[in-house]
Amino acid sequence: MARFLARFRKPTAGVDADALIKEAGKLMPEQSRRAFLRGGASLGALTMLTGCDIIDEESAEGALRYVSRFNDRVQAFLFNPNRLAPTFTDADITRPFPFNAYYDLDEAPTVDPATYKFEISGLADNKKPWTLDELHALPEVSQITRHVCVEGWSAIGSWQGAVLSDFLKRIGADTRARYLHFKCAEGYTETIDMPTALHPQTQMSFKYDNKILPRAYGFPMKIRIPTKLGFKQPKYVVAMEVTNTDKGGYWSNQGYNWFSGL
Amino acid sequence: MTAQTMQAGYTATEKKIHPGWVRVCHWINALAILVMIGSGWQVYNASPLFSFTFPRAITIGEWLGGALLWHFAAMWVLVINGLVYVTLGLVSGRFRRKLFPVGPRAVIADIKAALTFKLSHDDLSHYNAVQKVLYIGIILVAVLIVVSGLSIWKPVQFQELTALFGGYDAARYVHFAAMAAIVAFLVVHISLALIVPKSLRAMITGR
Repeated sequence: MARFLARFRKPTAGVDADALIKEAGKLMPEQSRRAFLRGGASLGALTMLTGCDIIDEESAEGALRYVSRFNDRVQAFLFNPNRLAPTFTDADITRPFPFNAYYDLDEAPTVDPATYKFEISGLADNKKPWTLDELHALPEVSQITRHVCVEGWSAIGSWQGAVLSDFLKRIGADTRARYLHFKCAEGYTETIDMPTALHPQTQMSFKYDNKILPRAYGFPMKIRIPTKLGFKQPKYVVAMEVTNTDKGGYWSNQGYNWFSGL
Repeated sequence: MTAQTMQAGYTATEKKIHPGWVRVCHWINALAILVMIGSGWQVYNASPLFSFTFPRAITIGEWLGGALLWHFAAMWVLVINGLVYVTLGLVSGRFRRKLFPVGPRAVIADIKAALTFKLSHDDLSHYNAVQKVLYIGIILVAVLIVVSGLSIWKPVQFQELTALFGGYDAARYVHFAAMAAIVAFLVVHISLALIVPKSLRAMITGR
């Protein structure tokens, strides 16, 4: 558990300095979007091997981002809207299921269920905000699937909630739109493609392991997408926009591949 | 030099030890595999399978996000170049001619010769049995690292493939083991190229 807690910490006052120094070096993206190629270490090995500094870092980054966008298209092509992620049994569930974020658990947002509203905007007929009681009254489905983190580890978890595609129909969303953009209580954002949003296992999760979603796992709502990497699945969701504009996301803006499909 | 020792299947006009396509594929592959290994080590560091991590100085990509960009860019170079190499190797008959036949008796004899420093490298156009086994082996490991990589990248779309490896987590270990095998091969391969410099020259100039 401590291993998972230590991941993706952001330097904040009051955080354990030792753990920070240990983790920051290898995992922390720098403040700047383009920092992942800056500093020489990235190309250092290549420069050393080729014996000359033939690769300009700016153009290398441009080329890498270009290939990453090409990989988005390849993955969209490979994505089969009817292909279900493998499901597991109760006995397979990873216990405890890891908490994972770029901040510590005690910094995770606390959402007040009494005043919570799920805001809808963009290309939808009915943009009435939803209270938590209304969301909990939606027909419930359950899944036990594998969560895969961009870091490589995986864990099997159990989520309950509403099928996102049913909800989109219910609010009269234009499902010919290209994206759904989510906003979260702590400022996290994420954009997903419509085919993934309409996948039968893509879920607005209100429960984890049949209990109301704890704060660690994204209370009051997580978008559970078993066909995507973990960072594409927003927690603490407060707003959704149906849009044709790719508004990016917290991690993909910093260099993680945008589509990140499994 | 090589003319009188040429094997059946060669024509008199083929004086080169390595045709152009072999050399081009070899060096493109060399660059791609180094980027794949260097960035792969950085990806590994984000969630190590074992109790060690790779020193950052020998990794590529600065952080996980950068390493993944390198890894998923170089994979296209590695795979496309690999397909060209394997296709030409099969179609041209080079694989059949250079890597086969190879039997256990010849391998044991050549290992003995190598250990007693009697294994000759006079004729670079002819691979000894140990070389044959290593080159066949590394081609098979290359296939394994690509297939296990695919099963980690797409454990839903290619779930049958992932299941073949015993699931997502097991496929990560297979991918790592294949990397380790390639690194071990590279240590031997590069050491021998430096011990027998004319073999390095042959892979550059063809002769």
